[in-house]
Amino acid sequence: MSERDTSGPGGRQGAEEVGGLEASALQLAAQVRSGARSAVSVVEDHLAGIAAGDGEIHAFNHVMEEEALAAASRVDERLAAGEDPGPLAGVPVALKDNLCTRGVPTTCSSRILEGWLPPYDATVVARLAASGAIAIGKANLDEFAMGSSTEHSAFGPTRNPHDTGRVPGGSSGGSAAAVAAGFAPLGLGSDTGGSVRLPAAYCGVVGMKPTYGAVSRYGLIAFASSLDQIGPFGRTVADAAALLEVVAGHDPLDSTSIDAPAPAVSAVLDAGVEGLRIGLVTELSGEGTDPDVRRRVAAAAEALEAAGAKVEDVSVPATTLGLSAYYLIAPAEASSNLARYDGVRYGLRVDAPTNGGMNVASRTAGFGDEVKRRIMLGTYALSAGYYDAYYGKAQQVRTLIIRDFAAAYERFDLLLSPTAPTTAFPFGAKTADPLSMYLTDVCTIPSNLAGDPAISVPYGLGDDGMPIGVQLLGPALSEPTLFRAAAVLEHSMAPTGDGGPAAGRERTT
Amino acid sequence: MTFLTTDAGVGTIVEPFTVTDPSGQAWELVVGLEVHCELATATKIFCGCANEFGSEPNTNVCPVCLGLPGSLPVLNRQVVELAMRLGRALRCRVEPSVFHRKNYFYPDMPKDYQVSQYDRPINVDGELELPDGSVVGIERAHLEEDTGKSTHVGGGGRIHDALHSLVDYNRAGVPLVEIVGRPHIRTPEQARAYVQELRAVLLATGASDAKMEEGSMRVDANVSMRRAGTDELGTRCEIKNLNSTRSLVRAIEYEARRQVDLLSAGERIVQQTRHWDEAEGRTHTLRSKEEADDYRYFPEPDLVPLEPAAEWVAAVDAALPPLPAARRRALSDRTGAEQATAALVVERDLDALVLTAVDAGGDPDRLLTRAANDLAAADVGALTAPAFAAVSRMEADGALTATQAKVVLAELVAGGGDPQAIAAARGFEAMGEDELAAAVDAAVASDPAAWQRFVDGDPKVAGLFVGKVMKATSGKADGKAVNALLRQRAAG
Ligand SMILES: [Zn+2]
Repeated sequence: MSERDTSGPGGRQGAEEVGGLEASALQLAAQVRSGARSAVSVVEDHLAGIAAGDGEIHAFNHVMEEEALAAASRVDERLAAGEDPGPLAGVPVALKDNLCTRGVPTTCSSRILEGWLPPYDATVVARLAASGAIAIGKANLDEFAMGSSTEHSAFGPTRNPHDTGRVPGGSSGGSAAAVAAGFAPLGLGSDTGGSVRLPAAYCGVVGMKPTYGAVSRYGLIAFASSLDQIGPFGRTVADAAALLEVVAGHDPLDSTSIDAPAPAVSAVLDAGVEGLRIGLVTELSGEGTDPDVRRRVAAAAEALEAAGAKVEDVSVPATTLGLSAYYLIAPAEASSNLARYDGVRYGLRVDAPTNGGMNVASRTAGFGDEVKRRIMLGTYALSAGYYDAYYGKAQQVRTLIIRDFAAAYERFDLLLSPTAPTTAFPFGAKTADPLSMYLTDVCTIPSNLAGDPAISVPYGLGDDGMPIGVQLLGPALSEPTLFRAAAVLEHSMAPTGDGGPAAGRERTT
Repeated sequence: MTFLTTDAGVGTIVEPFTVTDPSGQAWELVVGLEVHCELATATKIFCGCANEFGSEPNTNVCPVCLGLPGSLPVLNRQVVELAMRLGRALRCRVEPSVFHRKNYFYPDMPKDYQVSQYDRPINVDGELELPDGSVVGIERAHLEEDTGKSTHVGGGGRIHDALHSLVDYNRAGVPLVEIVGRPHIRTPEQARAYVQELRAVLLATGASDAKMEEGSMRVDANVSMRRAGTDELGTRCEIKNLNSTRSLVRAIEYEARRQVDLLSAGERIVQQTRHWDEAEGRTHTLRSKEEADDYRYFPEPDLVPLEPAAEWVAAVDAALPPLPAARRRALSDRTGAEQATAALVVERDLDALVLTAVDAGGDPDRLLTRAANDLAAADVGALTAPAFAAVSRMEADGALTATQAKVVLAELVAGGGDPQAIAAARGFEAMGEDELAAAVDAAVASDPAAWQRFVDGDPKVAGLFVGKVMKATSGKADGKAVNALLRQRAAG
């Protein structure tokens, strides 16, 4: 079980240099709530960790030093006054920089939003604050969340804490790297085609995409509205569960928000998988999947069986069409969502003699190549005469995927697959060939198209020593079942197999 | 009245407006109107900002209606309620509907797309009955959001030449309903009547304050011409910037003649959008269909499909006020009012008063005449239905002349009271038949030459004798009775 030492909490970076950074979110919250530590000291430690390590990793676009310390003081004051400071009191959280934070730069890693300060907080940001959690910084991403490596950031790439020559995955690479490096025990990302799960897998942390509508999108700067969903990162399954519970639940400000309270996931983490039927999706772990990845998925299947689940192969045929449908639907919505960055009201403006000329000049200077590529792709897909053949057809494929998943969930409680076909790749390996980059999302995209939840759990290392993630998929609102199975996988990776000093211990504190 | 079932629905046939070209070929007019109305909600369609005309620029705004990154729309329930109320008043079906995004760049549109219902509108397939009995089909009445308002400074007020432009986003996100009428309108006057009737329905339902001058009601006219007597529709031009019903009528007439000039010269009408210039009295090309934008419509993913429950629609139906067409019919049925009079009385919102006065024993003809001509619209002050009935009775019985009845009515409006007492106080006692006959005889005797002309058949002279009688009786005589006596004497 040597894997544990390198893929576990804290990773290689930051953990040893600064005391306490390997602690889990739940441990920190327990210490702060009990008065054993002040929230300010927790935040100071993490700010010091960032100061020491983020020069190399570049997880953050903006560190919220002042705001974080002020928020921590308020938590300490509430405690001193005998008030309940919330379940995540004093726990630092890295926020993907496409989540609006009042008065704090929110850039989407794009020049086009240069200088813009949101006048409001995203719903998830407000809920974090209400839970006592501390927003510690705005984490890097592929520009407007378009990418799988965080190389498409206008402010430079984020490096994978496990190997700084490799990408952290994307688009929520900054949040994943921040959690893996110990800069914050928790992170929030957004997942449109795998943008939480892929970087979670590449960085060796837990990352989860909730059911569409489970977490409010209000204040999440839209990439593809029908696919975007905010999801939690944690170094442990229990931490990710605690974060989900804080941010999820109905929000009247988001019309697509599910009218239900947050799913109770923490309470079921020890429930096990006895009797669960789990399908191994053949289409998502066949050709194109590296052998070491396949081996780890097989190991995960064995672990689930050992815990009492029944695992069988299952075919979900339409998942093979996911990528093509996604690369029409997502760019189409993006082309419309990104129209508002026209230089008129906020962000970058490049002057020109006419208003139209100013729009073009601002957008030309403000957007990077990948964003421009997708705007053009989406504009084309929606154009008169092409709509039926492209956007319309893609929506039909989406219906097929939903139907095929529904058929699979008649026989299975959950599905299992790799999170990605390979481990994290070196910088520049795929930037010249957009299609090969798009292929990294082949296993994660189907859940977004179906609107279903899925979770990536670190499950050992590849032949290159990089983390491998396995993905559990479930039908809409199956978050509790997903977390139960994720906890079983995490437990099976613990050195002693029975709640030893790594993954298992958080649940006992 | 002729009734038939045609494409134009069931109702009175309107003789089409025609233009005859130099070759003698007659061309007839076809018009369809698209009307945008701001709904009279308290707040905007997708956010909580006030829906208010005339506030300081950019004060009724928030992240949602400014389209700030990350903001999301939430549909206002009152918008749906008012849209359905209007739709049901226009005899539409309420159907499950979907919002789309209409994508194009314009600085007064915060998101650079407009959220609008496209191929699945909330209200479909209705009709509007006009006072002349004609019926105009309504294709749909759908919901959308308004844009902001640009002011272009310098360069003649056009964006292309402006030195700079100012944008007020107070109007951005104000709820609009677009009522798309079928091309069933045949004359410019019918177009005017359609707009006025629609306005009456909008006011009756409380859906909109429908002020064309303030822009809360905007009318675009699709105009085409076809050979008289044929059924096929010609190529149409859409006319914008019609700020009054007067502009509407003038623009349609102008456009009809412009198109006939082209058609008779053997030219083709190019489908295009044209701008009405009220000062010049003509239309100009804005853009042709060939250069029209591709709006790349697709379903708005930030909103969910709208499916009002049957109970909600039923509640809307139950709460609908009596509508103008039904009120006109009720008034005519009870009083025998002519179409035009019924239309006028209902338009002035006096039909309920008239009907109550009829119930109280009033004279229907006198009540209608006074309501149509002598009472201020809607506001009758202290006048009660029983008092109104009493005045009409006194007038019908000859106890009051028309002139006296108007004076008594005016006093009742101003301060109420008892009609008999008012008449008595003014000295409006009834004239006896003998007294009136004597006055008429005296007037006849005073001008034998004029009298001879009257006897020889010149009716214009009657006024001279009526005037003499009125003067002699200090206005107490009833004009109608005097005329009758004069005719009797001349025949006699
Ligand atoms: Zn607003």
